[in-house]
Amino acid sequence: MTDTYIQTNISDLPDERGYFGEFGGRFVPETIVPALDELQAAYAEAIADPAFHANLSHLQQTYTGRPTPISHARRLSEALGGAQIYLKREDLAHTGAHKINNALGQGLLARRMGKRRIIAETGAGQHGVGAATAMALLGLECHVYMGTVDIRRQQPNVFRMKLLGAEVIPVESGSRTLKDAINEAMRDWVTNVETTFYLLGSALGPHPYPMMVRDFQSVIGVEAREQIQVLTGQLPDVCIACVGGGSNAIGLFHAFRDDAHTELIGVEAGGHGIESKQHAARFADLDISRPGILHGTRSFVMQDDDGQIMETHSVSAGLDYPSVGPEHAHLRQLERAYYTLATDVEALEAFQVLSKLEGIIPALESAHAVAEAIKRAPTMPKDSVLLVNLSGRGDKDLDTVIGILGE
Amino acid sequence: MTQTRQAQGTAAIDAMFARAKSENRAAFLPYFCIGYPDYDESLRAIETVAELGVDGFEIGMPFSDPIADGPTIQAATQIALENGTTVRLCLDAVRTLRDKGLTQPMLMMGYANPLVAYGTDRFVRDARAAGADGLIVPDLPPEEASMFAQSCAREGMALVFFLAPTSNDERIELAAAKATGFIYVVSLTGITGAREELPAYLTDYIARLRAKTDMPLVLGFGISTPDHARQLRGLTDGFIVASALIRAWQRSFNDMRALASEIFAAIQQ
Repeated sequence: MTDTYIQTNISDLPDERGYFGEFGGRFVPETIVPALDELQAAYAEAIADPAFHANLSHLQQTYTGRPTPISHARRLSEALGGAQIYLKREDLAHTGAHKINNALGQGLLARRMGKRRIIAETGAGQHGVGAATAMALLGLECHVYMGTVDIRRQQPNVFRMKLLGAEVIPVESGSRTLKDAINEAMRDWVTNVETTFYLLGSALGPHPYPMMVRDFQSVIGVEAREQIQVLTGQLPDVCIACVGGGSNAIGLFHAFRDDAHTELIGVEAGGHGIESKQHAARFADLDISRPGILHGTRSFVMQDDDGQIMETHSVSAGLDYPSVGPEHAHLRQLERAYYTLATDVEALEAFQVLSKLEGIIPALESAHAVAEAIKRAPTMPKDSVLLVNLSGRGDKDLDTVIGILGE
Repeated sequence: MTQTRQAQGTAAIDAMFARAKSENRAAFLPYFCIGYPDYDESLRAIETVAELGVDGFEIGMPFSDPIADGPTIQAATQIALENGTTVRLCLDAVRTLRDKGLTQPMLMMGYANPLVAYGTDRFVRDARAAGADGLIVPDLPPEEASMFAQSCAREGMALVFFLAPTSNDERIELAAAKATGFIYVVSLTGITGAREELPAYLTDYIARLRAKTDMPLVLGFGISTPDHARQLRGLTDGFIVASALIRAWQRSFNDMRALASEIFAAIQQ
């Protein structure tokens, strides 16, 4: 394996103001601008320091269990009769999702900066668990904001966070989901900025977060690009990942950016379908989604005619967010990546199919990516290679799925 | 129009500070959110407080995700949204207030996204035409403000930037160079909300800003009582009161009016 565990500088974006083309930037209250400057400087210093890389790669190997393998989904591929489907197994990373990659990276950075109080937001609870885990390991204090709707549908993760020593702070404002948890975390940061490190969980928010989170997740693509060539002797024809904020997707896509023959596909949450308006398909429903500003960054935002942020719906808490990481908006505009959607029904079907045919219970988020693979594989030749980022495992979703499908 | 305004836009704000200075006091700018508790009542509140002779107004436009605001303003703006308050309606409110003869400067205060959705050039033009004099956008630091800066300059509309206790010299110079009208000085590291006491470091903090800029400084966040207003004498050129007025109003309209009146009286003594 390569020993580059954080991939940086493979493109010159974002620019120094944090822009990916026309998306990104830093739309935040003045109080936290100096903290973002400090973070950006500390991050630049850290990634220039071989000791920081060595520390992180050591933890990735001895704690997270990296590299995560790639599995050939043989029975699923046979059943579909088309492309060979391979799964990048982020579900096998410690804590059961890719979120740990970023949590450890930012945790080491926080410790290096001398910040001992860590705050985080969580939707599905996977980032909250990743953060709580990393902070337990590093001995830092951890407070996780979580909407009460998400607390209800992700009980096992709430318990996990508490067990790991984190404080889970319920958020009652707005739609009581991820968006509101981010609002509350930002309010906390504005108030406690001098002592507190904000461990943002996805490739969104003000600069430098979209860049930093991408860099910490880029290990997924760096590993996968090498592994798939060893396994198949070729680069994938298609890479597929689900996109909420978009950190697992950008982490996979980044290594393949310059591979012109590899198609990159992001899958958004189609919820009850586009017509229902109850979804989180920021790139698909341009009646209610357009470039705007939310949580410090300019990207596509689901909003009403007056620019008020709309409530979203997805069966998957981790995709239930009205905006999307700015680099995805840029990749879409460049037509370097394509974005599609899977509905709740399609994701639930994929959830069951992958469980039965491969013995892998995917997270509902990742099931959206599997659903797109199920649609696309039959249209592709049998010797083609389709790589799916299986970003997390589905144990946390069993209550939700039982509630919908019955026992 | 029952009264004609002497000056408009940034010039009206400059005149407001000149007058307060000639009276040896700070300017008092209460905040009201259009649509809270409903449209008509919000206008009645502004008219009533205007009759007290206060110096200017911060006119709040509600947003669904106000990350710089504490629980009081969050709740008020949420009610305003539920009442169907839009950017357009906020501009209508300003026009109505001007038609009724309100002469004090009004600064529109709202988060970036609804203004971007309205169209930034169009917003500045329509706001100025309605009779607004300035613009305050809490999630718009100077380096992101180019989308508003040109149209504000063209229309003579003040574009206010913030400084906070965390702002270093470089950022003080940046805000001072880019702001028009005044600099909004955030009293503390935190979100909006009524507080018991003003921070102890205020004198040193304001002195640090004064050393870098001649722009009028208007203090906001946490200023809640007549006593707080008195303590600002000789310190800042103006101050904003928001959450405390909303909290008084939760008791009654008269309590809100009484608080505004007591605060204004406190700075005239």
